[in-house]
Amino acid sequence: MRSTKYIFTFVAIMTVVVALILSLMAVGLKPIHDEQEAIFNKKAVLAAIETELGKDVKARKMADDKVLNIFDTQIKQQVIDYHGNEVNAEEVEAKGYKGGLAEHVDMGKEKKKSKEDRIFPLYTYTSDTGKKSYIVTVIGNGLWDEIWGNIALEDDLKTVVGASFGHAGETPGLGAEIKDNTSWVKQFQGKKIYDKVGNYTSVNVRKGGARNPIFEVDAISGATVTCDGVTDMLYDGIQYYLPYLKTLSTN
Amino acid sequence: MAEVLAPEKKEGLFSKGNKKLLTDPLDDNNPITVQVLGICSALAVTTLVFPSIVITIAVIFVCAFSNLITSLLRKSIPSQVRMIVQLIIVATLVTVVELTLKAVQYEVYDQLTVFIGLIITNCIVMGRLEAFAMANTPWKSFLDGVGNGVGYGVILIMVSIVRELFGKGSLLAGTPLEMKMIGATPEYWINTTADGWQGIFFGWYQNNNLMVLPAAAMFLIGIIIWIQRSRNTKLVDIS
Repeated sequence: MRSTKYIFTFVAIMTVVVALILSLMAVGLKPIHDEQEAIFNKKAVLAAIETELGKDVKARKMADDKVLNIFDTQIKQQVIDYHGNEVNAEEVEAKGYKGGLAEHVDMGKEKKKSKEDRIFPLYTYTSDTGKKSYIVTVIGNGLWDEIWGNIALEDDLKTVVGASFGHAGETPGLGAEIKDNTSWVKQFQGKKIYDKVGNYTSVNVRKGGARNPIFEVDAISGATVTCDGVTDMLYDGIQYYLPYLKTLSTN
Repeated sequence: MAEVLAPEKKEGLFSKGNKKLLTDPLDDNNPITVQVLGICSALAVTTLVFPSIVITIAVIFVCAFSNLITSLLRKSIPSQVRMIVQLIIVATLVTVVELTLKAVQYEVYDQLTVFIGLIITNCIVMGRLEAFAMANTPWKSFLDGVGNGVGYGVILIMVSIVRELFGKGSLLAGTPLEMKMIGATPEYWINTTADGWQGIFFGWYQNNNLMVLPAAAMFLIGIIIWIQRSRNTKLVDIS
């Protein structure tokens, strides 16, 4: 048996040593982590317009410098507000996002604000042939945690070019398929966000198979809650961009 | 604290006894099938082969070095708080693994976030610290850690190969070596001829969704235990 004093000293020294090692490591690796995370998010944005990038391109497996190059030369980043007005970089920075670009906006933080106060990132991709695609970012709730996605719209602002999804903690093999199952995500290509008469529908994920091929896709069996979450997320998320997209189409 | 074992100090680095520390956990004293430790993570991570390999490497690292550090400190650790001290050592090493993985392989980190953190609660690590490292020399403890990590990994990879093959029809999905093994070729696979080898057998095979669920791992581990015990009669409990 050791004395109480010994135990306290031992634990105190140990705690300090461990804290020192870990905090040094966390601080030292922070720049690399941030850089990796930014590239990871950029790849997710590009995954939505994969078909526009060329045949056989896999955005998630692209080389890092190529991703950064596309972002520098072909993508225009904008931030818009709830009423469809563009927010300039200073205002975005004032909201606490250092850098002030669309890629710096944290959707998780925005989700907690009231609708009117939120800002939304918008990416405009111009292909080599001059064709434009608009990529909107949406966030919602899955079964266990947040889910999010990037949806790319064609320049008619109605047709979906492609989509990519992410999640914080959905079940692997079930809900997590929204990110991992490329053939499921491919279903979104060519869907419309309006029905035949022009009412806003967004894209719906339908359990038991899509019935209306214009704006519905098949759900994943065994992942009903996650799929319903995707439907809600898309309906709400794309809606926030509609005022801005409307001004775009009238210009 | 009588040091009776002192005369044996001249033992070679890889003497018979030390080799046994490495090989024993592979069969006779396997952490999963015989000690029945670390089952929880074995059920959770084994849907795909690649994450299983990453977890295996992480567990070998954590197990070996936490054993080593605990063994080095074993004479100064106060016995009243030894579990907490062990936990701090394990948690530190796991965080080191997590931070390193996040910097080196962000995609893998993104896939495995939850599971990496769960290594802390992996019973194998704590079990070996309590049962072995607290009473043995650093080198022996290190070998024991490596052995148990490998013993855990062997079962993990065996189970994950079966689960990925029959649940998804592929092997090593998510890596450049991704292989399509059985089942009909999905459309997205035909379009990506550049990626990896495709051997398509049994086009009629429908992926078995049970294999993706944790229950499948339970059955598979049960089958492995069955085969192991019918081969190795030493393990059968005759009471």
